[in-house]
Amino acid sequence: MSWRVLKKPIQARRSASPGRRTLAALALGLFTLATALAQDGLAPVTIIDFSIPEPLTQTPGDPAAGERTVRDSRIASCLICHALPIADEPDPGNIGPSLAGVGSRYSAAELRLRLVNPKAIDPDTIMPAYYWLDGLHRVDLPYQGRTIYSAQQIEDVIAYLLTLTDDTEGSAP
Amino acid sequence: MMPEWRSICLVAGAMALLGTGIVLGQGWDTARYEVAGKKSGYLYMDETTRQLQDDDFLNPGMFAVDAGRVLWERPDPVSGKSCASCHEDAETSMRGVAARYPVYDPASGGLVNLELRINQMLTQTMGAEPLAYESDDLLALTAFISHQSRGMPIEVAIDGPAAPFFEAGKAFYFTRLGQLDLSCSQCHDDRAGERLRGDVISEGHVTGFPIFRLLWDSMGSRHRMFQWCNTSIRAEPYALGSPEYLSLELYTAWRSSGLPIETPAARR
Ligand code: HEC
Ligand code: HEC
Repeated sequence: MSWRVLKKPIQARRSASPGRRTLAALALGLFTLATALAQDGLAPVTIIDFSIPEPLTQTPGDPAAGERTVRDSRIASCLICHALPIADEPDPGNIGPSLAGVGSRYSAAELRLRLVNPKAIDPDTIMPAYYWLDGLHRVDLPYQGRTIYSAQQIEDVIAYLLTLTDDTEGSAP
Repeated sequence: MMPEWRSICLVAGAMALLGTGIVLGQGWDTARYEVAGKKSGYLYMDETTRQLQDDDFLNPGMFAVDAGRVLWERPDPVSGKSCASCHEDAETSMRGVAARYPVYDPASGGLVNLELRINQMLTQTMGAEPLAYESDDLLALTAFISHQSRGMPIEVAIDGPAAPFFEAGKAFYFTRLGQLDLSCSQCHDDRAGERLRGDVISEGHVTGFPIFRLLWDSMGSRHRMFQWCNTSIRAEPYALGSPEYLSLELYTAWRSSGLPIETPAARR
């Protein structure tokens, strides 16, 4: 395993200064080059070079199920913050970048870390960790001890995101 | 419920104003909503919601203000006392009060906000029952009293005995909470103006409370808003009137200092 810098630096935002990002990246690179993390009741994940190469489940992700999942407004939909190239989702948030074309910018392994715990890339990010329990405070009762997505939902969503290869696809802002 | 005289006024007022283009009510120049780089939530609202606030005849919050006026004058059946029997004309006696609350209360050794102060008055000086937090009556009295400060800049004391509460509120404001792991600051300082699905995130100022919120189709207090923001990030909310929210209220009021009170504001 070799140290390598983030291939595609995540768009810098006001809340995360480049200095902190470098520090976090360094810390990750030096100390967690390959970190196996087991949290209570969750599939263990191994973070290697800013990615999680191993799928969380045996069942391959289903893109159609993934699309249904990301659009489901009851489970912290990505549309709260991101535009998606879906014609009848006219009202997305614009907190994060549009996800049109995201499938050609990232590998499955990189998307997996992004979804499982984006704070491993940038501790200050506003994007929630969809498959992580550590370090949360005062989680409301119905959600205690539960991740936002299940392991299979993460795999389905990755499969869906990988179909988004065209960044010229018409999508709301 | 619309009291009958209100509907009469509404019709009469609308007739009188027809064609004159005059708006009765707040209708301030938009420049008033921005002070020292801070922008009221008003400036993050769309045109229709602004118009709802601008015109006292349309503003649904004015029903609460009017209901509060009635309660202000209504004698307690047992003691025979009303708010007005001690404070008389609220327009003079209550002017500026909402702009400086919450305050440190030596008797309890903690903070009190307007809602708790009203309940102290009811129980301690009038021998009446306290009103439930978020009840129509407490919202009405709070709206009526806050309305007397409309246009006055928020200015709260954060020094002396209030200092530790201010610090606690500040810590709360910057603490990431809930399953979505977000702090107040990450939305209202870092992301104001950006869209969270259909909502434009404002700077989270507390100038308009109690506000009429279209999403709720009712009036709501500052603490109800804190609960809404907490539960939307899947954090366990604190109780209405809790010490945690009182400290947070002091901090948020300080953040809004200099901005004028708008009560009753209309929000999406
Ligand atoms: C509360 C806001 C929020 C939510 C909800 C959210 N994200 Fe994000 N996301 C962001 C932000 C902000 C960024 C920009 C980088 C950063 O700060 O981490 C981002 C970045 C990304 C990226 C990298 C995009 C690029 O072009 O660099 C991917 C992929 C992504 N998000 C996918 C998702 C998916 C899939 C979901 C839902 C399962 C989701 N996000 C939910 C805020 C959010
Ligand atoms: C996930 C994003 C998010 C977080 C975190 C959040 N809020 Fe909000 N807040 C909103 C949205 C969306 C609204 C409704 C639109 C608006 O008025 O900003 C709102 C509204 C408000 C308002 C009403 C503003 C007005 O003009 O009437 C206040 C006050 C407020 N929030 C305070 C807080 C406090 C205090 C916290 C932390 C306990 C907090 N918010 C956390 C998104 C958030």
